[in-house]
Amino acid sequence: MNNTNKPHKTPQETAAIVERSLRRRYWAERRFRFYGLAAVIAGMTFLVYLFFTIFSNGIGAFRQTEVRLAIYFDPQVIDPQGTRTTADLLAADYQSLIRASLKARFPEVEGRAQTRQLTHLVSSSASFDLQKLVARDPAVIGKTQDVWLLASDDVDLLEKGHIDRKLVEAERPLKDEQLRWADKLEAEGALALKFNRTFLTGGDSREPEKAGIWGAVVGSFFTLVLTLLLSFPIGVATAVYLEEFARRNRWTDIIEVNINNLAAVPSIVFGLLGLAVFIGFFGLPRSAPLVGALVLTLLTLPTIIIASRAALKAVPPSIREAALGMGASKIQMVMHHVLPLAMPGMLTGTIIGMARALGESAPLLMIGMVAFIVDIPKGITDPATALPVQVFLWSDSPERGFVEKTSGAIIVLLAFLVVMNTTAVILRKRFERRW
Amino acid sequence: MTPAALLLSLALLSVGAFWIGKSRSLAIVGGSRGVRNLHSLPSHYGLMTAMWCALPALAVIGVWLVFQDAIILRLVTDHLPAGVRELPSNDLSLVLNDVRNLVAGNVPAASVGEPVRLAAAEYTHLRGISRMALTVLVMIMVIATVLTVRSRITPEVRARNRVEKVIEWLLIGCSTIAVFTTIGIVASVAFEAFRFFAKIPVFDFLLGTQWSPQMAIRADQVGSSGAFGAVPLFAGTLLISLIAMLIAVPIGLFSAIYLAEYAHPKFRTWAKPLLEVLAGVPTVVYGFFAALTIGPALRGWGESFGLNVASESALAAGLVMGIMIIPFVSSLADDMISAVPQSLRDGAYALGATRSETIKQVVMRAALPGIVGGVLLAASRAIGETMIVVMAAGLAANLTANPLEAVTTVTVQIVTLLVGDQEFDSPKTLAAFALGLVLFLVTLALNVLALHIVRKYREQYE
Repeated sequence: MNNTNKPHKTPQETAAIVERSLRRRYWAERRFRFYGLAAVIAGMTFLVYLFFTIFSNGIGAFRQTEVRLAIYFDPQVIDPQGTRTTADLLAADYQSLIRASLKARFPEVEGRAQTRQLTHLVSSSASFDLQKLVARDPAVIGKTQDVWLLASDDVDLLEKGHIDRKLVEAERPLKDEQLRWADKLEAEGALALKFNRTFLTGGDSREPEKAGIWGAVVGSFFTLVLTLLLSFPIGVATAVYLEEFARRNRWTDIIEVNINNLAAVPSIVFGLLGLAVFIGFFGLPRSAPLVGALVLTLLTLPTIIIASRAALKAVPPSIREAALGMGASKIQMVMHHVLPLAMPGMLTGTIIGMARALGESAPLLMIGMVAFIVDIPKGITDPATALPVQVFLWSDSPERGFVEKTSGAIIVLLAFLVVMNTTAVILRKRFERRW
Repeated sequence: MTPAALLLSLALLSVGAFWIGKSRSLAIVGGSRGVRNLHSLPSHYGLMTAMWCALPALAVIGVWLVFQDAIILRLVTDHLPAGVRELPSNDLSLVLNDVRNLVAGNVPAASVGEPVRLAAAEYTHLRGISRMALTVLVMIMVIATVLTVRSRITPEVRARNRVEKVIEWLLIGCSTIAVFTTIGIVASVAFEAFRFFAKIPVFDFLLGTQWSPQMAIRADQVGSSGAFGAVPLFAGTLLISLIAMLIAVPIGLFSAIYLAEYAHPKFRTWAKPLLEVLAGVPTVVYGFFAALTIGPALRGWGESFGLNVASESALAAGLVMGIMIIPFVSSLADDMISAVPQSLRDGAYALGATRSETIKQVVMRAALPGIVGGVLLAASRAIGETMIVVMAAGLAANLTANPLEAVTTVTVQIVTLLVGDQEFDSPKTLAAFALGLVLFLVTLALNVLALHIVRKYREQYE
């Protein structure tokens, strides 16, 4: 429709207007496209930066400084009565062996204060290692042997270059003399970074140099296995019922709406549920993988159900009709034909759900899996923590040495997640069938 | 037998029962040649026998274990010395706790008094009797049912139908767990919350501006009256979520647009999963990242501009949370943009629009309801997120809109109130459940709204 108030434009005039605006419009186009690319790159940068920070902080956790000391296993200290019974061997003062060895190494050290600073170079847990060594092989008593012992966390930090030597003495964890002693040991090759087995095989500890993640890994393992045993059958059964048996009525609608809403309930609310119902009402033990697994089961069920239903939907109806046509009952049709075909999809969904459960920590805080637990849990009712909770616990510790341990634990956690997700992707690629 | 051993033997017995039922059905028709005379397959008879063996026994074990502990404790309490028995119920439950701990081997025997040790011994003794009785009962039941079922197997028994009926009921039972979970959440959280509101009026909680939940544990303590005005928490939660959305919505939306409309398919196939990795990283990792790297970095930058940034500032937590929810926004927006029919784009191109004009004026408008739904879902994720704020945001309730100051959130307070020593019944513990109820209701409302919008929109083009 022509606007009568304005004079008609000739095609040439219109073309000129368009021509003039084109430059601006192309600029806007390029700008818009650039914003999009910038957003993608920003997301990736965050990801790379996150991983870079964690890895550069955490890679050191897998190596630990050790000190080589010539320890004289003095029979007078270890076993003055010469009984050689295990009880006597365990009760001896091994710390004094270390002190004696250090003093022999640095004869110039005098006075209690200086001696204390000197022994601080070696981890306070090193005496337990000596104790174990003697218990394993009592023949060393009376001999002098070179032993590699854990250095203290401060020496470890120094060795890894986290202590600034230029700082004023009062602001450094290591004093000038300690630095000098450490340098002397270093010069003799008696101070070295070695692979940190304790970190992978030990339980939690208040001493950063002695802390390990094995307790948390075992706790996570118990929790996850139990979660899998509970959530996979229940999730698959629910999906089968809703997809294959249920008639559309009000009841199944309620179930469906419920599942969709549960998928988006904050995880901490599941923790509150676990605290009030499983611990408060049923009286199950606090801090136990059993309760953790129950909570995580409820948390992962929606994920598994939704994935399983999608997998069932992908099986073409012709399979069902063929089975029914051959005289199979409905259960037989589902069990023998539909389920095997949908299984890869269901397993993929389950693994992804399990990966989410492995990284979950908020609900576990609620049910008390945050306690400081040194022992490795032996069953599903023993107090335990989980890997992400261990990360949380260590990140709270004031010692500088724990920063590295925390990042190291994160690396282990991420490694597990990568393995699980890769398995899911491979499973999908390999077994997924398209009809 | 311990319950675990009992369950294991029951499983083995059920396998045996399966084999008994199967071979019995074959025997009555004279071996595998007579199978066609049976109503069902031999394995169905086996399954039927196994189910009769396992299911009633499981029910008995379940009921027994639920009541065992309470009954034994009752008996033990009755035999405690009169002086202990007449203690107030709180102290009595402490004593019973000691008994339980001693039985479980959590405390050395030397650390408790004589009555507790005797009670623990009696507890162990009674538990032994109870377990023995349960084992005998279950064994008798298993033998009786298996023998009965075995004698009832005839070629006419409709074993398949019976087995399938049971399986179907099992399936139905599993599917109700989701409903029970919701009921459990609402019931447990609401119950504790109402107990809280019985002590602190609802409006004081929802509208009060003072939050200091430290209660006096003993009556004679001073200086900790306990104030439960949750407005600073709501404000803190909103502030951090808002910062997160300010990061996540533009980045998520623009990356979705770029990946859906501009990117080369090859770039898309590896960029999209890579962005989604951001959602798969555990939140505790983000929390550590925020507390260790982003917080101090922001503080350093602030200092160089002469600003005073708290090391646990809302900005640090919000920023990292924003990074975490980028994929939630981008993947939903991506779905919505891809769902817009190509014909709409073609129409816009035909009128001479450039690509960005088409996206801005046609595609985005068509996809807008879905994108709003996605943003709402992401917002509910941000409000309920716990670990990042626990590790990177502050603890002090601070009513401020300044993102450089430390604020606290609903989830942080739930965690601080419930982690560590706690006593049930104190308003301090119950307050966590009241906060949980608010959190649950708000996220639920956001989700219902978002799902409604998304679904309504999807139907338009399908």
